[in-house]
This record gives sequence, C-alpha cells and structure tokens, in this order.
Amino acid sequence: MSASATLRKTPLNDLHRRLGAKMVDFGGWDMPVEYLGLIAEHMAVRTGVGLFDVSHMGDIQFRGPGSLEAVQHISMNDAARLQAGQAQYSAMLYPGGTFVDDIIVHKFSDNDYLFVINAGTREKDYNWVRSQARSFDCHVSDYSDYYTQLAIQGPRAQETLQKLTTADLSKIKVYWFTWGTVCGLPNTLIARTGYTGEDGFEIYVPSDPATSERVWKEVIEAGREFSILPCGLGARNTLRLEAALSLYGHEISESINVFEAGLDRFCRLDKGPFVGSEALHKVRAVGGPERKLAGLEVIERGIARDGYRVFDLSGNPIGAVTSGSPAPFLKKNIALAYVPRAFAESGTEVAVEIRGNPVKAKVVPIPFYRRPKKASPAASI
Amino acid sequence: MAYPTNFRYTREHEWIEANGKFATVGITEHAQESLGDIVFVELPRVGDKVEKGKVFGSVESVKAVSDLYAPATGTVTEVDEELTTAPEKINADAHAAWIMKIELSDPSELDSLLAADAYESYIKEETGH
Repeated sequence: MSASATLRKTPLNDLHRRLGAKMVDFGGWDMPVEYLGLIAEHMAVRTGVGLFDVSHMGDIQFRGPGSLEAVQHISMNDAARLQAGQAQYSAMLYPGGTFVDDIIVHKFSDNDYLFVINAGTREKDYNWVRSQARSFDCHVSDYSDYYTQLAIQGPRAQETLQKLTTADLSKIKVYWFTWGTVCGLPNTLIARTGYTGEDGFEIYVPSDPATSERVWKEVIEAGREFSILPCGLGARNTLRLEAALSLYGHEISESINVFEAGLDRFCRLDKGPFVGSEALHKVRAVGGPERKLAGLEVIERGIARDGYRVFDLSGNPIGAVTSGSPAPFLKKNIALAYVPRAFAESGTEVAVEIRGNPVKAKVVPIPFYRRPKKASPAASI
Repeated sequence: MAYPTNFRYTREHEWIEANGKFATVGITEHAQESLGDIVFVELPRVGDKVEKGKVFGSVESVKAVSDLYAPATGTVTEVDEELTTAPEKINADAHAAWIMKIELSDPSELDSLLAADAYESYIKEETGH
C-alpha cells in the first residue's frame, strides 16, 4: 500500500499531480514541494509573482458577543487594537509562555474573528481553542475544510490579482483585508498577507475542486505576462527563511518562549492577562531569556541545515540550527539558530558542525532579506 | 531520459563508465531529478583512495544533502573542478556531468553493478511507479 493513501489532500491535489509537481508528506498533507524547480520558483516571487496552494492551513472562526474577550485570552497580540478589516500576526501560548502555534487574527466585525493557523497543528489548535474559549460567550467553528486558500505573492501580485477582482487592491494596506468578487465569486476574502517576505495576497475561495482549479488557472493566466510560476512548499520555506519568518516546529514550539523567539513586538503584555502572560512577566523580571534566536551566515564553504549543532570557536556546544538552507535570492548559506544571548550579537563568529566538520559562520541581523520599499506610481513610470 | 547502456549503475544512483583500467563517475538522471536544484558538490581530492560502497563526497540541493557512494574501488585521478562553481551542470545533463575519474583497482568489480535496463526497473520499483 502506498503511504499517500493516508495523507490528507487539498482540493487542488489532482491539479498539482497533473502539473508534475514533486509531492511530499508535509505534516500529514500530500503537498507539492516544487513544480519546475525550487530556485526558479523562489526567484519568481522575489522578482515577479508566484502562486501557492496553502489550503492545508486551518481556519477557526469566533462568533458572538464574547469573541473579543476569548481572542484576547488565548492570543498574545492585542486584538482590541484591530479595526474591522484588519489582521495581525499573533500566537497562542501555553501557560508557560511557549507556543501552541503562531496565527494570523482577522477581525471581521466586533463579534466575529478568524484565526488562520498552521496545517500540522490544526487538531491541536482547534482543541486548544475549544478548551480555552469555553467560559466565553462565543461560538468557535472549524472552517478549515470550507476554503481553498491561495497565496499570490511577489512584486507583481497586485497587478495579477487586480485583473480578476472588482475590489480595488491598491486600497488594501498590508495586513488588511476586504471582501470582493474574485473570478466571479462574490464575497471572497482577499487579505494582503503572506509568508514570503514579499508583497502579496491570500484569497479564500470555496473548496470544491472545480472552483478551486478554475481560480488557480485564472490566476496563472492573469500572471502570465509577469512570468508567474506555481510555487511549492520548498520555495515557501526558503522565502520565509530569507525573511526570517518563524516556522512552527522549528523557530517556535512548545519548548520555546516568545522572548527567545524574538517575537516581543507581537506580544502585548500591557493589554492585561492572557494565557502565558504571567510566565512571560517572570522571564522579563529576571532580565530576559538566556538564549535568543540568531541569524547566521555561513562564511566558510558549507550549508547549515536544520538540526546541525552550533559551537563557539573553542569548540563548546552552544546551540542548534532550527532552519538552514541556501538562500536562492541572497545567494548565501543562511540559518536561524538558538544561541546563548552573549553569542546573539551581530558579528559574533561561531561554528556550525556540518557533516562532522566545524564550519565558520557569523551572526548577522535578521531578517536576512527585506523587500525594497515600493516606489511611488509616478516614480515607477 | 535514456540510461546509457555503456554505463553501470549503483543502487545509490551513481553511474560509472569504464574504459579499461580507468573509469568516470557521476550521478544519474533519476538522482538529479529527485534532488532538484543542485547548489553544492563536495568533491574528493586527486589521489584519494575510494572504496566500493563507501562515501567519497556529497551533493546538495537547496532542500537536501545526499552522500556519494563509490561504484568501485580505486584512486582518484581527476575531479571536475567546474562543479565547485557550476554545480547546476549536473541538473542540466546528469549523464554528461562527471564528478570524478578513477583508476580502478579491479575492473571486474563493475560486473556486480546494475546494467541500464536493470537500473531502470530498480528505480521504477523504488518510486512505486
């Protein structure tokens, strides 16, 4: 029996296979890792536009008068600051201040919020939300299987998607969203969000395969003049790593706290108590975390990969790589690693053990990649 | 992609083309296809002894690292230094892009390797197609 029989599939699974994608098991999902080639896909997103099927992501909706209170209790950012149509990066924490998952919180209205959560943690997250939201006057629903989620990412994403929608995309600010007709589908959620370090949109369309495939094909057609490419999880990973965006199970997990992960700015201890806040106050009271997430650039020949050990230059073990890869756009070998605070200063030299040999790397500021500021329309003519 | 019938193949996806006591070694089309974009090749050094079935180097794609196994025992006489700066040569044409040339200790060792048709059946079985 083939192992894929037990894997979950998105509504676009058949399409990916017809396109000749290499498929992998990603957190229990049969997902495309690449189509024509990871580097080409990565570059398409940095320089043009790319299309990703991210339907494996989960969606949890809160409805009812107690929704905001519930959201505030179980997520670390301050959802009270959101206006209707606005989203924020946040996370759900355990009482110890470590991660259940990172999430994007969308405010639909005063009594209606949506969490977009990771694929591999869907059941865990939903059960956690249900258990934590029980005492609040709101209804929690798992809408994960109702949507096909497509990410259109890259400097030409807006021009691509604009051809297919009546919504004025230029009016949507980063981390805001709207509803509009997309490919003839009314009331489609269009969010200016993504996981690539690039400008882009995520759209949520009905999850039947025929509609999903039609929208996919229309996006590809609309992006043709910008040399759009379908992109797999391989490019998604290298893109997010260049942008130093956290990946659950790597930079964040149930054994890593918010301050270690450097996500302080998304954690609003000043909003009042929430699950995990007490433990984080204590971490802060003792002067902060002992280890920090650091960006590494390998300066000798070699590629640092997930799990490789990090040493000081005297050969003492100091930490481990959480994500490491060649960076296709930056053309460097980069990594994220947890190291003691004293080693997290930019310029510090360390060694990564690569296949038995110590290879020099230096700590560099993160993100490794920051997208260029958008030129004004007048200047770009 | 055709697998040249004058090559022999390992189950670890290297090819070897022998010419008397000398042989050329690379990785197969199937190997480059599975790895994806190759960004790094760790070459042996000229003069190194390589031993049949033992690791002599590695090849890395963006996603993964894969050991290279010597198809036969011998001494390295030449390596393709161009792979240091242009590893993508392997993606472009895996059966032309060689990694090392060796002087064979025992040319009859190649008899135990797979012929082209046997290798093709092997990869079909391995990938379940």
